[in-house]
Amino acid sequence: MTAPEAQETVEDPEQIKRETGLVVRGFSRKRLNLIPILQKVQGKLGYLPRAAMTEIAAYLNIPDIDVYGVVTFYNQFRLNPPGRHSIRVCLGTACHMKGGYIALDAWKRRLGINPRETSPDREFDLDTVACVGCCTMAPVTVVDEKPERQVDPTRVDGLLLAFENERKAREKEKGEKS
Amino acid sequence: MKKAEPAAVAAAFNEIKKKAGARWGNLWQDRPVILVGAATCGRAAGAIEVLDTFKAEIKNRNLDVPVIEVGCMGHCYAEPLVIIGKPGQPPVCYNHVNPVIAERLVKEYLLGDNPSPEFVLAALEPSEALPSFQDFPRAQYERKIILKNCGHIDPTRIEHYIAGGGYAALVKALQMSPEEIIEEVKKSGLRGRGGAGFPTGNKWQLCRNARGRPRYMVCNADEGDPGAFMDRAILESDPHSVIEGMIIAARAIGSRYGYIYVRAEYPLAVERLDIALRQARRKKLLGNRILGSDFSFDISLFQGSGAFVCGEETALIASLEGRAGMPHHRPPYPAIQGLHGKPTLVNNVKTLASVRHIINNGADWFAGIGANGSSGTAVFALAGKVVNTGLVEVPMGTTLRQIIFDVGSGIPKGKKFKAVQIGGPSGGCLPESALDLPVDFDSLRGAGAMMGSGGMVVLDEDDCMVEIARYFLEFTQKESCGKCTFCRLGTKQMLEVLTEFTRGEGKIEDLDNLYKLAGEIQAGSLCGLGRTAPNPVLTTLRYFRDEYRAHIELGRCPALMCMHLIAYYILPHKCERSCDACVGSCSVEAISPNKKRIKVIDQEKCVKCGKCLEACPFQYNAVVKLTPPSEVPAR
Ligand SMILES: Cc1cc2nc3c(=O)[nH]c(=O)nc-3n(C[C@H](O)[C@H](O)[C@H](O)COP(=O)(O)O)c2cc1C
Ligand code: FES
Repeated sequence: MTAPEAQETVEDPEQIKRETGLVVRGFSRKRLNLIPILQKVQGKLGYLPRAAMTEIAAYLNIPDIDVYGVVTFYNQFRLNPPGRHSIRVCLGTACHMKGGYIALDAWKRRLGINPRETSPDREFDLDTVACVGCCTMAPVTVVDEKPERQVDPTRVDGLLLAFENERKAREKEKGEKS
Repeated sequence: MKKAEPAAVAAAFNEIKKKAGARWGNLWQDRPVILVGAATCGRAAGAIEVLDTFKAEIKNRNLDVPVIEVGCMGHCYAEPLVIIGKPGQPPVCYNHVNPVIAERLVKEYLLGDNPSPEFVLAALEPSEALPSFQDFPRAQYERKIILKNCGHIDPTRIEHYIAGGGYAALVKALQMSPEEIIEEVKKSGLRGRGGAGFPTGNKWQLCRNARGRPRYMVCNADEGDPGAFMDRAILESDPHSVIEGMIIAARAIGSRYGYIYVRAEYPLAVERLDIALRQARRKKLLGNRILGSDFSFDISLFQGSGAFVCGEETALIASLEGRAGMPHHRPPYPAIQGLHGKPTLVNNVKTLASVRHIINNGADWFAGIGANGSSGTAVFALAGKVVNTGLVEVPMGTTLRQIIFDVGSGIPKGKKFKAVQIGGPSGGCLPESALDLPVDFDSLRGAGAMMGSGGMVVLDEDDCMVEIARYFLEFTQKESCGKCTFCRLGTKQMLEVLTEFTRGEGKIEDLDNLYKLAGEIQAGSLCGLGRTAPNPVLTTLRYFRDEYRAHIELGRCPALMCMHLIAYYILPHKCERSCDACVGSCSVEAISPNKKRIKVIDQEKCVKCGKCLEACPFQYNAVVKLTPPSEVPAR
């Protein structure tokens, strides 16, 4: 499961260690708990930083490389912090054939990043998914857990504009507060 | 294992069933009920808003009408779907419901007596005033067994499942010996729905006879075909049917512990399974001494982390053990030596969902459905260029033509059928001439495809066969776990060749190279991923060779799909000076008017998204696609 939207990511190494420690202690020190632990830690931190991985390896008493190997094997795990908004372009068969790759191009062009990357301002992270089960609405992009239908380059611009307005409103609010 | 005391078990269950029946047995007997389809497909189309509207309306008007969230009814093309049942009348299914329509339905049908025919998809039972599902041409071909409950029961209420006959098979199985259960499943002819079609009863027998304790029971819900969602729909809509099947299988093989390996990308399925497991435990249908018998069995959920290869059973087991999901050589088969080296039964979601029907209705009944050595029904996720996308369940042996044209209502927009992709990344693309093949485990193999786990994507004249082959190969290449060389490097080379084709850079000798590579990958790969990866390429080469040649020899994409081989062009004599619809539609500002106010596309800037073609008003129809791009006249 992906992290809930607009979650604050944790980046301070001390805090990462502390939070990871809290999670691992809910599990017994068995190797077979590795994947559930990783899922839970990522759920907490939004990603799996190095400090978290070494902490987990130490707890399970396995080499760091084993943890790293598992993390990089599975698509679900991410090594860099997520953006505020998650953009998942469906490249399932139906979506691909109806132009999912055109939508992906548009996202890449507008955000200036590749799939599995986060934009430098940490507003967006981009990724692809296989069929999300709403092929009727192809091509689909899942934006913050919500599948958007028939996403073409114009729709990409529309969605981004909505986020931009939201961001401005947020900054204005911040400005007024301080 | 000795038989449990039958009378006590049956009595314990009757108590549960009586209570459930009182509340859920005759749902629309004495008051109206609203069912809202809110599986992932429904939610994507706005089912939650519809659900909330109904709830608010019912509350504001102080009505005694339960609003129930159900799963997927299979008619995904018509989502969001709502069923309204009123006492004494056939329940009515409404399609494309939105909050405004929901409000009207409450006013006009619930409070008034007007069933609002303009929003009706069909009545669930024959009705005088409205069309009914039985009148649909597809009713003649469909036979819902596994999907029967989907969209009609509340997946979060075990009582609803029980009231509809759920867990009766478990009670029956608890009174049978494990050998009797296995015998029954063998006799039914049930074969694994996960793709390979291995006879289920035989697998159970193998596992039961295997030495080593404990034995594990695993449900494979890692559905990885990138164009399919049957298993997810079942888990979201009727989770107990899978759990009941697992418990029966566990009793047959003598297992006390099981896992459901479900994709983490299916959060709703995970949530509903979790609820279902807890409810089953509370009712003593799961856990220690089930229904007071001497049989104990429990299930944990394990979330798969998004790797296609983990659907392969040995990789799945590696993943359960906390390692990277890499397959290993079989034998030993998991049934003999699986999780932690112990006998492990791995079955697909649909296989397990079939089990209770076999126990309830008998092996002969099940064996009587279907044909050609494949008994029972096949479930497909029908998608692509077909009118009725959604879930389809038909008896084995139904032909592709019947599924696509009678159940699916054919190709939209008057386009021409070109091919059907069946079996996902392991399957193939079959042309018109193969449409009369029956769908079962063996018939499709001769044509180069396979039934796979149930993805069926229909392609029309606008779909390029080279591109679809490239698409699937890109998928398998990315998902190859990298353990064996043929799969890792072979698929990569094939992908490179295909990519060149789609760019018009291929050479004709490459066609032979592709065949050679395909043969080597098929022969040299460790698991099914590599062994079947060339299928999409081989079938398209076999049936659509001319299309490959056009790409290679002429640099043309006849379907006008491959981006590098097409160009958009505005026909000057058709372009209307006063109109600039296309200019506004272009998101990269590649279109501008020339001196005569005729619009011209800057080919350098164009990203070939096709928006201008859509935007151009139909009375002008001035935008065309040209292939090869050199067809565009020089300015
Ligand atoms: C690459 C690959 C992916 C697979 N994916 C799935 C899957 O998603 N779901 C599934 O049930 N079986 C899948 N299988 C088949 C399983 O290995 C196994 O045969 C099946 O789960 C057995 O269950 P069954 O006998 O009920 O079909 C896959 C096989 C391969 C080679
Ligand atoms: S392929 Fe995109 S939702 Fe199915």
